[in-house]
Amino acid sequence: MLTIDNLKKYFGFVKAVDHVNLEIKEGEIVSIIGTNGAGKTTLVNLISGYIKPDSGRILFLDKDITYASPYVRIKLGVGRSFQLIQLFTNSTVLDNVRIALFSKYGMIRRGLLPADRYSTVTDEAIKILDSFSMSEKKNLTPKGLSEGDLKILDIAIAFALKSKLLLLDEPTSGVATNDKFKVMDSIVKAIKKEGISTLIIEHDMDIVSGYSDRVIVMHEGKIMAEGKPDEVMENKEVKATVFGIVS
Amino acid sequence: MSKNPRWIVYLLIFIVLLFIPRILSIHDLMLFEYGITFAIVGLGFNLLLGYTGLLSFGHGAYFAAGAYTVAMIGKYFPQAYSLEILIPAALFFSMVLSIIFGFVCVRHTKIFFSILALSLSMLLFALLFKLYHITGGSDGLRVPLPNLFGMSFKGIRRPEFLSGTYYYFLLGMFTVSFLVMKGIVGSPFGKALQAIRDNEVRAELIGIRVRRYRLYAFVISGMFVGLGGALWTFVNGHVTADLSHWVFSGEIVYMTLLGGFGIFEGPIIGAMIFTYLKLYAMGNTQYWMFVIGGTLIVLVLLLPNGVAGAFSTLWSKIKKSD
Repeated sequence: MLTIDNLKKYFGFVKAVDHVNLEIKEGEIVSIIGTNGAGKTTLVNLISGYIKPDSGRILFLDKDITYASPYVRIKLGVGRSFQLIQLFTNSTVLDNVRIALFSKYGMIRRGLLPADRYSTVTDEAIKILDSFSMSEKKNLTPKGLSEGDLKILDIAIAFALKSKLLLLDEPTSGVATNDKFKVMDSIVKAIKKEGISTLIIEHDMDIVSGYSDRVIVMHEGKIMAEGKPDEVMENKEVKATVFGIVS
Repeated sequence: MSKNPRWIVYLLIFIVLLFIPRILSIHDLMLFEYGITFAIVGLGFNLLLGYTGLLSFGHGAYFAAGAYTVAMIGKYFPQAYSLEILIPAALFFSMVLSIIFGFVCVRHTKIFFSILALSLSMLLFALLFKLYHITGGSDGLRVPLPNLFGMSFKGIRRPEFLSGTYYYFLLGMFTVSFLVMKGIVGSPFGKALQAIRDNEVRAELIGIRVRRYRLYAFVISGMFVGLGGALWTFVNGHVTADLSHWVFSGEIVYMTLLGGFGIFEGPIIGAMIFTYLKLYAMGNTQYWMFVIGGTLIVLVLLLPNGVAGAFSTLWSKIKKSD
């Protein structure tokens, strides 16, 4: 559903993304690993439209979205979460999801009736929170949540937009080690249920091998290796550059 | 809605407001009416500051737009000088002005937004000040008493007009403004504005067109302020170019901060307190600006959430200790 064709983005002399080709199929969970500065986040930013490439093409559901605005991509179904969580800090958990739904349904122009009157939207928001086991916390603001819950909420918002492709930038960074699997379990369960394609940037190898169908290794802007998690991790080159193991 | 104790309080306050002309002396009533007009201004201003996160130092311009609409119609089209025409006209012209100025301003945020809004309002000030033959320049324009649905108030003195029909007209306009604004901030539209305030990047990424919604907020805000300006003119009886000066815009900011911009009712309380504070400070000392400035310092240091914020914190503490 997503095809990246010869994509290039340089920042001055830094080759952030250097002629990358990539394909993501429907319902597939793909992880990108690589050292700091390998170009992972740049790649995600290019796909979500945050920055524009120098050359190459991005096709999503057979549409060319290479230079489309983030707004257009969201409407098409490209959702993302952030490495640094981006939430509506003064709104409740419920409202965080509800705003996304109102926006999705084009209802944010409605300016007189209280948001609570739109009970179908509220019910749907609660259903989404339920699928992430977050509905008991619906009246808290993000200030009262743990780091793991914040990450889940961040993804629940992208989820509410009915994204067909989710880009998750380090979904477990900043989450306490013993919570990481709990967070990933609840995210992946929801993703699988809806059959959403997912691209995850991740550092934690246990998570990469536990949850992804395919792993892509990036190094200096290029794709160095690609395949099933255990295959990739046995790759000598990958071992040397990414894990620093020389055998 | 009726189960919420807040609405019972609103209703009680409304009932008290109905009897205000019988309680207050004419002098105090006039002050109170100034307060109500500024409360409408505060409601509008706070949609931008409190709910959208944009601090405008140029909202005097939209106040002036409303006020001058009234004064100019009075001077050039006296046959149309009737409240039911003047109020929609004032709303229309403040809307037009805020669309033009807002279109430029919402391209920026933070201090850049504030300064742009300020400069544009000063542009209007310069026009009002220099175009003497049309606007009366620094002398301003006199505002006679208007008609209302064919009722003429000729021969009636201003204080009588203000303590009778006009007070109830003003109260009606305030009530409508209050309810409309209350509706706006709780609606999906209002939630979208708050989303933009809280996190612009995220708002963009859930598909909200941030600039466009900022402009909507700007225009609605400008129209409320314009309405306040129009209603104010009849109490004051006179308009001058100073209404578009940044000092006056500063007063709008001041009263909103005084009441507390984080709370819906804050700017209303702020507008009331400010009106009385300014008058009594001016009446008792020539150093009244010192009093206003001193209050601002105390406010920033001790009550960052304004008077309403302090009360609401106090209230939640009392509730907790029960």
